[in-house]
Amino acid sequence: MNSTTNKRHVISILMENEAGALSRVAGLFSARGYNIESLTVAPTEDASLSRMTLVTRGNDDIIEQILKQLNKLIDVVKVHDISEFDHIEREMMFIKISASNNEDCASIKRMSDIFKARIIDVKNKTFTIEISGDRSKLDAFVSAVSDYNIIEIVRSGCIGISRGSCALKAEEA
Amino acid sequence: MELTGAKIFVECLKAEGVDTIFGYPGGAVLYLYDELEKAERDGDIRHILARHEQGAIHAAEGYAKSTDKPGVAIVTSGPGATNAVTGIADAYMDSVPLVVFTGQVPRHLIGNDAFQEVDIVGITRPCVKHNFLVMDVKDLAETIKKAFHIATTGRPGPVLIDIPKDITDDNAKCEFHYPESLDMRSYNPKVQTKESDIKQAVEMILASERPIIYTGGGVIMSGASNELKDFTQRLNFPITNTLMGLGAYPATDKQFVGMLGMHGTYEANMSMHYSDLIIAIGARFDDRVTGNIEKFCPDAKIIHVDIDPASISKNIKVDCSIVGDVKPVLLELGKELDRRGAKPDQQALANWWKRIATWQEKNCLAYNTNEKTIKAQYVMQKFWEISAGDSYVCSDVGQHQMWAAQYYKFDKPNRWINSGGLGTMGFGLPAAMGVQLANPGADVACVTGDGSIQMCIQELGTCKQYDLPINIISLNNGFLGMVRQWQEFFYQKNYAMSYNEALPDFVKLAEAYGHVGVRIDNPADVEGALKEALDDKKRLYFLDFITEAEENVYPMIPAGAGLNEMKLL
Repeated sequence: MNSTTNKRHVISILMENEAGALSRVAGLFSARGYNIESLTVAPTEDASLSRMTLVTRGNDDIIEQILKQLNKLIDVVKVHDISEFDHIEREMMFIKISASNNEDCASIKRMSDIFKARIIDVKNKTFTIEISGDRSKLDAFVSAVSDYNIIEIVRSGCIGISRGSCALKAEEA
Repeated sequence: MELTGAKIFVECLKAEGVDTIFGYPGGAVLYLYDELEKAERDGDIRHILARHEQGAIHAAEGYAKSTDKPGVAIVTSGPGATNAVTGIADAYMDSVPLVVFTGQVPRHLIGNDAFQEVDIVGITRPCVKHNFLVMDVKDLAETIKKAFHIATTGRPGPVLIDIPKDITDDNAKCEFHYPESLDMRSYNPKVQTKESDIKQAVEMILASERPIIYTGGGVIMSGASNELKDFTQRLNFPITNTLMGLGAYPATDKQFVGMLGMHGTYEANMSMHYSDLIIAIGARFDDRVTGNIEKFCPDAKIIHVDIDPASISKNIKVDCSIVGDVKPVLLELGKELDRRGAKPDQQALANWWKRIATWQEKNCLAYNTNEKTIKAQYVMQKFWEISAGDSYVCSDVGQHQMWAAQYYKFDKPNRWINSGGLGTMGFGLPAAMGVQLANPGADVACVTGDGSIQMCIQELGTCKQYDLPINIISLNNGFLGMVRQWQEFFYQKNYAMSYNEALPDFVKLAEAYGHVGVRIDNPADVEGALKEALDDKKRLYFLDFITEAEENVYPMIPAGAGLNEMKLL
């Protein structure tokens, strides 16, 4: 494998749910000049732990350093580059589109159906649509509705999980 | 019994066996100082009052580097905390175990831009191993336990604990219990060295023809000098030390080829460059060691032993990585060599030593002398002789630091105490205080220059208060010498701001603080002055050596060059 190519990696991080934990990760990336494409964080089924999904790009050497440096953070319990394994990724997006006539309204509705998106609010010909999927699906939907007037887009950033029974868990003490 | 936060703080320090704490009081830590003073009266903990918080932290570093204990310091909130940051960053870069307590404004004022408030946990996050803000007195004891545990295990480093004032007052009380052990699911410094890595390393060692052992500060921190000596001598391999690693292997031994790197010896750098195997132990391939990494040691396979996996293959890709504490790893390597009962090609090794001898013949540390002006190199050489190589040498940062490293031959670990990673001018004097306090009766020197000494000169007051008979060896050339050297080589001799105008009379200054000051400007007086200072075990001597103004540190690897492209005198 060519170690100099910048591949996209999805890194799952399990960490103590403490004040400042997020900024330790964000600070590490900015201090060492690593790139963050997206970052999401929320508590897990164990409220004392947070799970973060971080998408970054880098060659093999950089990714190796990123994983080592993350492991070095005292609050980090576990780190896993799930893109190295069979896994599922999802991202959620809200997109607000305004239609100028009834014909547009109908085609926005049709497009949403095709992409299995849900219209969650309509007001004065302004549609708010919810859609989830992997990044390319969301990109495709944005491009499919780009002829209409896109008012606002909010994307959650990617979350990921490995397939099968393996899981990112704190070991029992 | 319920105790106040301040009392708990002191009880925790006692439980950790802390005998000395360095600090500077202020509003946010008054309750803590109230209890500290009582502990001092009871003879439990001695508090050393620095004259600036930076000095307190460097002193704690000196204490830690010359003992096997962590350094402990306490400063107040706001400016007290920010003044400590340079010292904390210094400790982080050189992996010094420190526990630093900072006062914080009361909890209800946090985030209000209160008087002397600063987010020190935020400020220090990138330069500590870990830090804590204690928001409940019930968490205080366990947090302190964690801090000492984290600071002293694995790759050591500074840990900061920020304590709001109202956690320490008479209203904040809780049952005191100091945890005996800790179970942190997110931090496990124990590493299990892989047997297959040991086997691979020994395979590489046995196959080598031009090997070199390159060791750093990790050997000293691991207390593995004896093991390193056994390992090196059984193999009869050449060995070089980094700036941080000096003393780990006896410098006067014939297998030692000197320090490597930017101002290392010609033979050390050439041996590295032309080697076919580098055994890196507790060193981190710092840019001052590698020179241009594109040109780094083209034929060498590399074995890297380090306790911090993130140090391995960070700057230089290695062929065999061994994650582990240096001492047990060296013992394991020895056992595997015993088991194999084989030796590397002895004829090839003999040829390699012959080739090294030709590099040694260059005598790269030779310097020109004359009868009129004092050469800084000469002062260091004489100091090494007169102190029988047994002084602690704390250094500031600059040319004098390199001369001390080149000409003082350290045969013992923990004797050479300097700021390697951060390169902090002002480190030397306060570090020497910490060393002297930890090692009463020992000879402790501060090697410094006319620039560096002025960065923490106020600590002369601390030295007087605690009667610290440090020997300050000031190599005074009237310049910020290393800056001037670079300007001479790379900036067409444009000595921008590197000339020290309006230098104080250091003799009078030393006297004003109650010490002995001596100005030496004749080479014939160098030995006498050094002897006088070393013989006097009671008083601090400030020896102000007026040295050759535009002397350069040689040899030198210019920026962007490889290890085989040294500039010799």
